[in-house]
Amino acid sequence: MATVTFENATRIYPGSTKPAVDCLNLQIEEGEFLVLVGPSGCGKSTSLRMLAGLEDVNSGRILIGDRDVTQVPPKDRDIAMVFQSYALYPHMTVADNMGFALKIAGMSKDEIKKRVAEAAEILDLTEFLGRKPKALSGGQRQRVAMGRAIVRNPQVYLMDEPLSNLDAKLRVQTRTQIGTLQRRLGVTTVYVTHDQVEAMTMGDRVAVLKDGLLMQVGTPRHLYDRPDNVFVAGFMGSPAMNLLELTMADGGVRMGDIVLPVERSILDAATGSSLTVGMRPEDLSLSDHGLAITVDLVEVVGADAYIHGRALSEDSGKPVVARTDGRRPPEKGSTVHLTPKPDHVHLFDSVSGQRVS
Amino acid sequence: MDDWQSKVTMLGVGVAAFFGVVGLLLLLADRAPKTGREKFQLLFFMGPASLLLLVGLVYPSLKTLMYSFQNSDGSQWVGLRNYKWMFTQDDILIVLRNTGIWILVTPLAATAIGLLYAILIDRKRGEVVAKTLLFMPMAISFVGAGIIWKFVYEYRSPNKDQIGLLPQIMKWLGFDIKGGAMLMNAPLNTFLLIVVMVWIWAGFAMVVLSAAIKAIPTDIIEAARLDGVSSWQMFWRITLPSVRPSVIVVYMTITIGVLKVFDIVRTMTQGFHETSVVAYEMYFQAFQGNEYGHGAALAVALFVLVLPIVGFQVHQMRRQRQEAR
Repeated sequence: MATVTFENATRIYPGSTKPAVDCLNLQIEEGEFLVLVGPSGCGKSTSLRMLAGLEDVNSGRILIGDRDVTQVPPKDRDIAMVFQSYALYPHMTVADNMGFALKIAGMSKDEIKKRVAEAAEILDLTEFLGRKPKALSGGQRQRVAMGRAIVRNPQVYLMDEPLSNLDAKLRVQTRTQIGTLQRRLGVTTVYVTHDQVEAMTMGDRVAVLKDGLLMQVGTPRHLYDRPDNVFVAGFMGSPAMNLLELTMADGGVRMGDIVLPVERSILDAATGSSLTVGMRPEDLSLSDHGLAITVDLVEVVGADAYIHGRALSEDSGKPVVARTDGRRPPEKGSTVHLTPKPDHVHLFDSVSGQRVS
Repeated sequence: MDDWQSKVTMLGVGVAAFFGVVGLLLLLADRAPKTGREKFQLLFFMGPASLLLLVGLVYPSLKTLMYSFQNSDGSQWVGLRNYKWMFTQDDILIVLRNTGIWILVTPLAATAIGLLYAILIDRKRGEVVAKTLLFMPMAISFVGAGIIWKFVYEYRSPNKDQIGLLPQIMKWLGFDIKGGAMLMNAPLNTFLLIVVMVWIWAGFAMVVLSAAIKAIPTDIIEAARLDGVSSWQMFWRITLPSVRPSVIVVYMTITIGVLKVFDIVRTMTQGFHETSVVAYEMYFQAFQGNEYGHGAALAVALFVLVLPIVGFQVHQMRRQRQEAR
């Protein structure tokens, strides 16, 4: 177990001027499950590969524990990685795959056998130890990849989208398994995914990246409740938060036929004459006044229904989603009014996109 | 001028007639009655090829087998005498020994050099140029290669200027080249001929193995790096096992090529000075010595040598196909 620290870590790919990862500063605690999440091309995988030593660090430092590993070759970093493709050696049996790193490290055969057997027991792979990877199902291969990391007993696990090659049902199941396993073993884990649901459900903390920049890091709850900027607000949560440009009025912002109260100091500090207002679908409710929308589609998911519509007056044409009672949803094509719960409104500067409330 | 024009016209008519006949036949095959159409088409397309194989391959093979049990002009049956001759005559035993050396050394050397080269240049700058250089000999005919290398080995008496590259280099390096022409010294000369064959085949080995190496997923290489392998271990435990099927194909292809080696021996030494190999001796006995029985027996021996290799290759291919499933 160890902490992991990124200090101004930067990676610029040869032939490119824009950094793939730009001055990343991140402190990961001992035994923590940290998820790196973001859209494709945001630098999350690159960050992980920098930590693994598969990618050069152009400036800044990376530390595992107190040790500066920036220039240390991958094999000496005391880490184990689970690849998206699993990267199992096709010519070796499951047991050989799992024990390969130990064999290379010169461990005795008995010890390797013992460790592989233990890991196989944990992962329910004992009966497959003699098989080659191609004789396994996708889920079993994924577990072998996990086993290969476990037997090494490293200081840090690195996982690069380990669930993306599984079908939906297995993914949910394995998600829980990995979470449980990590808590049981207590090994610091850095986990990369593009799926915000995975990030929310698995991470002790989540780091959101965009265009090589760290947008925000915090517990899933914190990211959901208090996103630092428009990007995080829109990225975390499904369906996504509604973000509307609302014009300032006296004492607040205009939203249909009502004025949403906003503190004087915030209004004074804002750039321009409008604010970006974020409201999660579950925080909007049907009302006689407020934002008028035309209903395009109603999704009934049991107890709840999601209304997909378009704003009529303010920021017109912008899609809006709201959650309502699944038993009495409004008609498709009708016009309804929405008002937000007073304490659940997120305010962002329209120009900088930063949180102001 | 008239002559030229009439020739072109004839050519045009010939080509048109060819397409006409083929087109007509294909039309017929297409219009065959519904019942048994598949069988008819099968017969139609297989027929010509089968007939040609029968005339050009099966019949000569059987005839050769027959000749191998007959005397020099095919007028008398002599039983196993030709085969007995093959295994008792000193110069023929040398021929068999040479063929053995060729089979053992050439595929191994060519495959090893090709593999090493493929690994060394992989993802390096100038890879294309480096590959082209090694592959170029593949485009040269065996006869051409034989002549080129004959010049490389060409020997002049020590006090004169050397025109051969190798003797001159040896002279510069201070070696004593009084020993005479290198191609006359057995058994060194067989190895000198093998060098030519390796020179030709290494490019082929390199191209095939390079493609196989590139097909190894990057993730696997990276996983191995994280597992802590050295370059040496990477080669023996990851790269080589991953390209094993290609190595076998390359090795077998070269082996079959080597068994048939004729041109190099013919152009460089004419089989003299103990350099002859089975394929050359077969020709020499039959068509220079008019000993058809001997020639045929050698041909049968060559055929028997190739059989297990072909069998092994078919077996490998089947296994791979099963594994791929």
